[in-house]
Amino acid sequence: MAEFKGVMVCAEFVNGKMSPITMELLGIGRRLADDLGEELSALLIGKEAAPFSQQAVAYGAQRVYLVSNPLLDSYNSDAYTGAITSVCRQVNPSIMLLGQTDTGRDLAPRLAVRLGGGLAMDCIDLSIDPETKLMLQTRPVFGGNAYAVMITPTARPQMATVRPKTMSPLERDDTRQGEVIPLEIGIESSLIKAEIIETVKEEVEGIKLEEAEIVVTGGRGIGTVEGFDVLRKLAGVLGGAVGATRAACDEGLAPTTMQVGQTGKIVSPNLYIAVALSGAVQHLAGCSGSKHIAVINTDPEAYIFKVAEWGIVADYKVTLAPFIEKCKELSTQ
Amino acid sequence: MNIIVCIKQVPDPEIPPAKFRIDPEGKRVMPPEGVAPVTSVFDERAMEAALQLKDKYQAKVTAVTLGVSSAKSAIRHALSIGAEEGIHIQHEAAGELDSFETASVLTKAIEKIGDYSLILCGRQAADWDAGQVGSIIAENLGIPVVTVARKVDLKDSKVRVESVIQDGYRVIEAPMPALVTVSSEIGLPRLPTGAGILKASRIKIINWNVQDIGAELQGVKRSQLLRLYIPVRETKCQIIEADTVAEAAFELALRLRKAKII
Ligand SMILES: Cc1cc2nc3c(=O)[nH]c(=O)nc-3n(C[C@H](O)[C@H](O)[C@H](O)COP(=O)(O)OP(=O)(O)OC[C@H]3O[C@@H](n4cnc5c(N)ncnc54)[C@H](O)[C@@H]3O)c2cc1C
Repeated sequence: MAEFKGVMVCAEFVNGKMSPITMELLGIGRRLADDLGEELSALLIGKEAAPFSQQAVAYGAQRVYLVSNPLLDSYNSDAYTGAITSVCRQVNPSIMLLGQTDTGRDLAPRLAVRLGGGLAMDCIDLSIDPETKLMLQTRPVFGGNAYAVMITPTARPQMATVRPKTMSPLERDDTRQGEVIPLEIGIESSLIKAEIIETVKEEVEGIKLEEAEIVVTGGRGIGTVEGFDVLRKLAGVLGGAVGATRAACDEGLAPTTMQVGQTGKIVSPNLYIAVALSGAVQHLAGCSGSKHIAVINTDPEAYIFKVAEWGIVADYKVTLAPFIEKCKELSTQ
Repeated sequence: MNIIVCIKQVPDPEIPPAKFRIDPEGKRVMPPEGVAPVTSVFDERAMEAALQLKDKYQAKVTAVTLGVSSAKSAIRHALSIGAEEGIHIQHEAAGELDSFETASVLTKAIEKIGDYSLILCGRQAADWDAGQVGSIIAENLGIPVVTVARKVDLKDSKVRVESVIQDGYRVIEAPMPALVTVSSEIGLPRLPTGAGILKASRIKIINWNVQDIGAELQGVKRSQLLRLYIPVRETKCQIIEADTVAEAAFELALRLRKAKII
């Protein structure tokens, strides 16, 4: 049997940049590799990837595997599954990390089947057990009501996807040295069964939710589409973005691209203003990384008050107008 | 066309956190008292996707669940909203299976059903949130998989799926048979009608057990649960009180300003 050794991180790119999650994965990957006394490698796939080798090294990788093939120019689940499987069979990492992102959560279970590994999805903490040297994988379960610590006792690789914004990247250090290894892998076009016909962007205008420093989120209690316009006005005054709970999306009050939560977007702004939402654990999963949380809700028992710093127990319809007015006034001072 | 929908019954995931209890020793979640279990939300949406296809193209929809005896009610519910056939793979230790074991049982069941064009699953179950079973079944069967669908339709002989991504969606076409995992973006599931409930009560639910379908569960678990705990959330909320709501709103803005947040 092959010997499984080292930690491998699967890199991702968006809009010509390395995704933040990749730096986060390299940061935690580095810690795991150090604790094991093993190497950290990064797997960079696609034609956009090569120029980022040095960046991967600067963020902690000691080895960069570069895989390029016309079939891998843009994401395709079948092609990427085939390619990464074949890389892992050559490199045999003992730990394999991906982001809990559109591609990571799509690829990871398929890879686990093909490689015979064990997988924990959406982890928020990873560490090495000093005694067994196994990777401890902490992940929220039951929407975040509980945390589970999982291990993969014998199957290899030990695979995990990591929730964005839960790990801190290392400081970029361009003096770090690493080896770049182009890998030849043969993949056939017949491997691709599910084809991507088109990619449709539905981005709302203005600041991106995931990048906003201030996020104003409305829940079911907003009640009307017009109510969300008031939230947009507030976000406009504060230079922030607007989010929504799943209940608000389900009821058609806001587009589904605005959903914040476990199965929506993960935000970690400086200020999160939660309006007319109850604070279900599945929702908190998407915003608990916020530095400050302020709440407006009619129900003093709403769970969201438990995680907030400031709260007003009142109807948002009478609270927001004076709040917007005051924020405007303060911002011009 | 035959569509198989895999559904799971779970403890109601939307109970207030204060009602959520675990047994840390046994590493088990205690079912909340007096709250009935429900069909996992995304599986309900997978059912809805199947029924939309049935409405449009005519199809036979089979709902399959692997679960303890009470899981039969999830099948009954699926029948009452429009499934033709319901299969309950009864397994009292279903809660202890990992994703690979669950998927291997469901794979066997699907092979036994045999004739299918499409398999629909929820993107993840609302209890353990593992998000793996659908993709593992597809890999086991060697059929294409498309994850996190917000729309499922047919085009020529293919399934055409809108798959949710961060800033929009991808349109993906796959030859059938294929497996699609469904997300909440597909829209709210329909509710049973009186006539539907009556019709469902006349359908005999097919009962299988793990042995019937030739599934073996003796292997070493790929994933093991080492510890289960409830995270501590601190409460430090300052409730801003004032004579009028407007004054409270002013005060909140002032405090945010003072803290240099706005
Ligand atoms: C597996 C799974 C995944 C999920 N993923 C997500 C997710 O990603 N994101 C997400 O958000 N949810 C998610 N959910 C759903 C989640 O459990 C809750 O159902 C949802 O977050 C509730 O939304 P809400 O707070 O807007 O609605 P509610 O819980 O109905 O709360 C509405 C609140 O508004 C208040 N209110 C009403 N009127 C007013 C008013 N005029 N002024 C002020 N306050 C008012 C009420 O007091 C109440 O607290 C998921 C659920 C499951 C099971």
